[in-house]
Amino acid sequence: MNLPTAYVLGLSALLFTMGALGVLIRRNTLVIFMSVELMLNAANLAFIAFARGAADLAGQVLVFFVIAVAAAEVAVGLALIVAIFRTKHSVDIDQINTLRG
Amino acid sequence: MLLSEAAQGGGYFSLAPLLIGFPILGLLINLLFGRRMGERFSGVVASTAIALSFGVAVLQFLALRAHPEGARVLLAEWISIGQLTVPWALRMDTLSVAMSLMVTGVSTLIHIYAIGYMHEDVRFQGDPGRYTRFFIYFNLFVAAMMVLVSADNMLMLFVGWEGVGLCSYLLIGFWYEKGEKGIGNALAGKKAFVVNRIGDFGFLIAIFLTYWTFGTLEFGAIFHEIEVAGAELSGPLTLIAFFILLGVTGKSAQLPLYVWLPDAMAGPTPVSALIHAATMVTAGIYLITRNAALFSMAPAASNTVALVGALTALFAATIAVGQFDIKRVLAYSTISQLGFMVAAVGMGAYVAGMFHLIGHAFFKALLFLSAGSVIQGVEHGLHHADPHGHHDFDPNDMRNMGGLRSRMGITFWVFLIGGLALAGLPPLVGFFSKDEILAEASLLNRPVYFLLTVAAFFTAFYVGRQILMVFFGPARSKAAEHARENPPVITLPLIGLAILTVFGGLLNFPGLHTLTDWLEHTLPHVHAGEFKPAVAAISTLLALIALYLAWLLYGRRPMEAGHVDPLRRILGPVFVGMENKWWVDELYHALFVRPYVATARFLAETLDWRFWHDWFHDVVLAGTFNRLTHWLAWGFDLPVIDGAANGLADLVQGAAGKLRTLQTGYVRNYALSFFAGVVLVLSYLLFR
Amino acid sequence: MSVDLILFIILATVAVASAAAMLISSNAVYSAMFLVLNFVTIAVIYLVLNAAFIAMVQVTVYAGAIMVLFLFVIMLLGAERAGKGPSIPWQRPVAILMGAVLLGEMAYILLARRGELLAALGEVPQGFGSPTSVGSLLFSRFLLPFEVTSVLLLVAMIGAIVITRDERKESQ
Repeated sequence: MNLPTAYVLGLSALLFTMGALGVLIRRNTLVIFMSVELMLNAANLAFIAFARGAADLAGQVLVFFVIAVAAAEVAVGLALIVAIFRTKHSVDIDQINTLRG
Repeated sequence: MLLSEAAQGGGYFSLAPLLIGFPILGLLINLLFGRRMGERFSGVVASTAIALSFGVAVLQFLALRAHPEGARVLLAEWISIGQLTVPWALRMDTLSVAMSLMVTGVSTLIHIYAIGYMHEDVRFQGDPGRYTRFFIYFNLFVAAMMVLVSADNMLMLFVGWEGVGLCSYLLIGFWYEKGEKGIGNALAGKKAFVVNRIGDFGFLIAIFLTYWTFGTLEFGAIFHEIEVAGAELSGPLTLIAFFILLGVTGKSAQLPLYVWLPDAMAGPTPVSALIHAATMVTAGIYLITRNAALFSMAPAASNTVALVGALTALFAATIAVGQFDIKRVLAYSTISQLGFMVAAVGMGAYVAGMFHLIGHAFFKALLFLSAGSVIQGVEHGLHHADPHGHHDFDPNDMRNMGGLRSRMGITFWVFLIGGLALAGLPPLVGFFSKDEILAEASLLNRPVYFLLTVAAFFTAFYVGRQILMVFFGPARSKAAEHARENPPVITLPLIGLAILTVFGGLLNFPGLHTLTDWLEHTLPHVHAGEFKPAVAAISTLLALIALYLAWLLYGRRPMEAGHVDPLRRILGPVFVGMENKWWVDELYHALFVRPYVATARFLAETLDWRFWHDWFHDVVLAGTFNRLTHWLAWGFDLPVIDGAANGLADLVQGAAGKLRTLQTGYVRNYALSFFAGVVLVLSYLLFR
Repeated sequence: MSVDLILFIILATVAVASAAAMLISSNAVYSAMFLVLNFVTIAVIYLVLNAAFIAMVQVTVYAGAIMVLFLFVIMLLGAERAGKGPSIPWQRPVAILMGAVLLGEMAYILLARRGELLAALGEVPQGFGSPTSVGSLLFSRFLLPFEVTSVLLLVAMIGAIVITRDERKESQ
């Protein structure tokens, strides 16, 4: 296994940035949420890379927890989106702007 | 006369403070209880107090007979600053006791008289409540006079001096709301006080000079010093004597400060009798006599004193001839007789002066009280005849009197005795005392003798005129017709004074020299005056001629109601001058009063009010202040401070408005700012 | 150029491509599908990195449960259609700029400050990343977070139900 950790981290960084861009650019709420999952995934990748590099399983356990929390978060988040959709009848995030100053 | 060597207190001398104490006690009792206890109580308390004072004076007299050199009674410490020590101390020597006896004795009689007189007077004037106040003031006066007479040092004498001046003011203006235009009496009181003040100023300067020259104000020490070093001190002594003269002209109504005495007749008659005939006005002569040692060392001042006295005597006598108010005649007569006394002491004839002082007290008090009796009789008559009579009827005017001899018998006889004494007819006291003065004058000072003799002639004339006008002839008015005699409480003191007048000559009868011997213990270099028959004869003859002239004019063809005074036809313009007091009051008014009032008015109205108040305060100070505050409020507070506060608020509002635009409401924008933050923090961490 | 490296490059390309496709596609369902592909690819990379258990968990939970949930909601809301154009004109340029900056920074880190990261990987013990080893660690050292996470999942469940409850029916 001659895979330097740096390469994996590079991939992780790239994926993270793309996820962030997705959050910022897309207007569909659900796609934004999916981009958030992508960002989480990129972080998980970094954790696994470090766990492998330092031969410490703590990184993998942490990824386990992240996945669990991500699942919970998705559940609640999607519930929120559904609830919002009931009033707004749209998943366009730019429609949710009544807290304008 | 080193009293420090004499008996200090002890015996009757220790009772001396009661001379002052009894009158003060009397006035305090009246002050606290008098009004409640009624008229009789007030009068009796006041008179008893003075009578007790007289008793104490008699005891002092007895004590002095045993110790003629006198005594010094220390009462209390007063001033003790550095080298100046002025205690409250009484000096009981023959001179002060002689004065005390006279003052308390005559005061007792006048107090008793006043009980009856004021009882009627408060009813005539319409304010019975003032009865008690009169007696309080009267007692206060006697207390102050006692302080003056028995003082051991010049400052204490001055306290008494001022005290009698105050009481004079209070009593002259007793009916303060009456008089001309409702203010005449008050003005008379004020005039007395102000004119006296001028004299007091002189006296004060004399006190200061005395202290400066001698380092002490105690009489004993001063006189001792003069005895020792008299000749060298004649310069300062002359100066002191001149200033004392100024004080005397004020208090004893000599030229030029006599003008207050005639106006002082506005007070009730007992006041005129006691204060302005017998006691207060004699304080000046007492002062000079007390300072005999000083005056004898200052011949220039002494001569001036004598001349002033003689001129006053003649001047006042001429005015008395032309007066129609019964009390005014007596007032000018008093001034004239005081002139006699002042001339006497100025010439160095101290005993003659004191003799005339005591005698004059008797018969002038008698004359004033009798005049009061006459006035009251006429007022009774007025009420009786014409109860709702005119208010412009003057009961004092002799032209409204006449024929009172039959209606007021006792008053007539006592008035006659007093008048003849004043004219100087033997064997009444006036003859002996005036004659002694004339005798001394003929020896010592010819010009003064001449002036005094002429004055004596005028004196007899106006006495005759007055008696004839008041008591003889037909009654010239309804009031006079219905006049009646007064009750004994008034007539008895009159009789007492008449007796004193008749037998007073014995005080210093030529050959007996009782008073001279008595005063010799106190005054230096007194000698018994010789009786000069020539002088006596001339003066008696002149008096008789003058009385005859008066009878010619007023007795033979008595004046009828509404007639003009016969003297006016004879003397013409001279009489007009006499009647108008030689326009001295008008002169003073033009020379002094008007410029002073104008200056005061200028200072008050222009300087103080218009300049200081209206311009400086209102325009400059208040105006500037207002402008300043206006600027502060509108020019500074509003734009600057409010501006700052408002500006700050506007700034915050503007900033908030601008910052508000950051809250677009778009979730993506918020996410973008997160992201930007992350990037920035990361870059910071990387590149720090 | 070892086998691992070539494998990794291929996998990385697929991951990036699927992520890009997810971002770009206008249909939400397509985005979801691409994301699933991405997840599976990442799982394979996990396998390469000796994280077998986690790889399986990733596929099961992430690709299996979470994405299915996503698809359910997309279908439910009918959200596959794209919205209108961006209403905030400057959002996209600034976002891309930021992204570029971030990438630049990360490149800088990896290139200039990487330290030991470029070294070859060392040996791992037998059974590294197996369920046994992860499980034993999970139930010993990380017991508390484990329990807390279970509570968290319960809360999330309840929360989801509560949020989507129909208010109108209850008020009647």
